[in-house]
Amino acid sequence: MIIINGNNLLNLVQKESGQDIQACYYCHKCVVGCPVSKYMDIPPNAILRMIQYGEKEKILKSATIWLCTACETCGTRCPNNIDIAKVMDVLKQMAVKEGVKGKEKTIQIMHKAFLAGIEKRGRMHELSLIRDLKLRSGGLFKDIKLGIKMFQLGKFSIFPEKVRNVKEIKKIFKKIRSIE
Amino acid sequence: MIYSYYPGCSLHGSAKEYNHSTKAVCEKLGVELRELPDWICCGASSGHSLNKILEIVLPAQNLKIAEKIGHDLVVPCAACYNRLKVAKNELREKEEIRKQIKDLINFDFQNNIEILNLIELIKNRIGLETIRSKVVKPLKGLKVACYYGCLLVRPPTIMDFDNPEHPMSLDEIMRVIGAEPINWSFKTECCGGSLSLSRDDIVKSLVGNIIRMAEEAGAHIIVTLCPLCMENLDIRQPNYNFPILYLTELLALAFNLKESENFITKHIVNPLPVLESLELL
Repeated sequence: MIIINGNNLLNLVQKESGQDIQACYYCHKCVVGCPVSKYMDIPPNAILRMIQYGEKEKILKSATIWLCTACETCGTRCPNNIDIAKVMDVLKQMAVKEGVKGKEKTIQIMHKAFLAGIEKRGRMHELSLIRDLKLRSGGLFKDIKLGIKMFQLGKFSIFPEKVRNVKEIKKIFKKIRSIE
Repeated sequence: MIYSYYPGCSLHGSAKEYNHSTKAVCEKLGVELRELPDWICCGASSGHSLNKILEIVLPAQNLKIAEKIGHDLVVPCAACYNRLKVAKNELREKEEIRKQIKDLINFDFQNNIEILNLIELIKNRIGLETIRSKVVKPLKGLKVACYYGCLLVRPPTIMDFDNPEHPMSLDEIMRVIGAEPINWSFKTECCGGSLSLSRDDIVKSLVGNIIRMAEEAGAHIIVTLCPLCMENLDIRQPNYNFPILYLTELLALAFNLKESENFITKHIVNPLPVLESLELL
């Protein structure tokens, strides 16, 4: 059962994620199983602890929330059934909503470019995504050799696909913006 | 057997060979795949990372189309499969989500179709005996590392598919087509997923570990069902030349489909030398 009696951050994250964060007893299973924990600035179990302490700013500015790949290894192994990847999603969404300029900007730019592409066409187009990402984050010539090889193999579709009901898709995005 | 088919964006792009081999294999097995009209992107990792409504509404739009048609939905891409199942689960479990989605896209969730990955389609609907009966060229001597990745098996309460730590269903299919699945401990390790475009250094390190484990366990190739895993394993492997193939490409080889040469030549790491050395072509 989730007890709502902590600080604002704890209450909000528990409500949004549906996870009982106070159930964590710091066994470190999430840290040990996490494929990217060695690249994180704050390990996943410490993020849970900091939520309990209400250390919002530190968490939302961390690299950790963006490096989480949502592979769900932690949640699968957690003895208290805390879906930590779900918690990370809530934290990422909170950081975006509050306009926090945290670490790992390229990851955020990638996600934004990805969704902008869907809003525009209804489907993701790889070349457009790579172009948009490179224009926004730099590194225009990175991976260029690889790109040429993939191109020669016919891996890329040159022209983006656009769904017929793209107006409807745009409307959905617009509506969501107005709700939030 | 008629199914609705959700290819997802990768299968119309860099994973064309997965799309083509899936269609060819299904045709051989008498399964008709009908592509969902006007399907849209499921949102992948970006949807659920940035926006909790988009996370559900993008896959839900596809469920809406699929429920109207009424056939069960086949989804080859592990990531799309995961997102569609998560959305379906949320719609089933939470009334407020159903209401929100109804308001947004006028979708009355009926819960009248199943979402299937290709292993489920093959094992539970087509049957391993049918697969065996179509094998004309058993993949004898081919040692395969079955790589399930994250999204097919996790989170286990929602995916409800095979064992999340030690799945065996793909291994069983490999045995039926004459290949030899090897034992290894990286079946469900993460490849780095969408970090491919933003932190390729991390992806290279994770992919390097996966390939090293497969090689040390004696595998000739890795088999996958996920276009993102394929992309990462195929293009981000450091100092290896280790072939990666889709499940459907191996099935096409075992069925001796003439289209095979169109698929298996589409990878950065060329699998032909290994396959030729085992006289499998």
